[in-house]
Amino acid sequence: MSMAEVPLTWYLILSALLFTIGVVGVLIKRNPIVIFMCVELMLNAVNLTLVAFGRYLGDAGGQMLSIFVMAVAAAEVAVGLGILIAIFRLRDNINVDETNTMRG
Amino acid sequence: MILFLMLAVFALVMALLVVLNPNPIRSALFLVLNLFCIAGLYLLLNAYFLSAVQVIVYTGAIMVLFLFVIMLLNLGTPDKTPNKLKMQAPLAVIGGLIVAGALIWAVTKGTPAIALPAEPMVGGYPLGSPHGIGLTLYDSKKPWLFPFEMTSILLLIAVIGSVVLARRSYGEEANKS
Repeated sequence: MSMAEVPLTWYLILSALLFTIGVVGVLIKRNPIVIFMCVELMLNAVNLTLVAFGRYLGDAGGQMLSIFVMAVAAAEVAVGLGILIAIFRLRDNINVDETNTMRG
Repeated sequence: MILFLMLAVFALVMALLVVLNPNPIRSALFLVLNLFCIAGLYLLLNAYFLSAVQVIVYTGAIMVLFLFVIMLLNLGTPDKTPNKLKMQAPLAVIGGLIVAGALIWAVTKGTPAIALPAEPMVGGYPLGSPHGIGLTLYDSKKPWLFPFEMTSILLLIAVIGSVVLARRSYGEEANKS
């Protein structure tokens, strides 16, 4: 069997499902680090959509945008985990239900 | 086809385990496996360089950072604080099913059947190869050079920002001593 048989729709359905799993994870998880991981899941689902569209439309934009998404995700993770460490210093607990104020 | 189905099912199972597992470290490790599956799917889509970058940057750098922070903050144990929002999880699952249904409906209805074109070439190299990516990214006639330079500034800002955020402030030290 050749790989050419996989229709574009299957890739899009797969990334839609992965994205939804990420959304549900962000909504039901209480640990901010796991919430970050679910955001990564969503970003990867979008990347998969971009690359699949790029391949099927013969366009370079999909892969280029994916590279930028990865760079922005790296920056986001660095800053986000820095914020978590700062919050942990202040209150020894980073449960999202109790971290409900922007005051330090 | 077989390879796609295997990778897709494995990626979905790993993603579900990331969400359903109560232990953050296991979630992180399942996410690593999920990212490997997506790297495999990139290979199926002829994005060779992106697949390598996925393994190196995501599973190599970002997930190590996650595990490092989980262990630094000692968050490896499952969360035992009582959940005050009892209805949140069922409502989230219902909302998620609605979102998934809407997305799949839109995707199946709205995507025309596109035949897989021949692999695009850039300057004699396949688009997904490091040569092809480089020739596209650094071509001043294409719109990707400026965002690329902006990304470097963004990363610099992120580095400075995370150092400032994670630094122990002087006032805090004075209060504790």
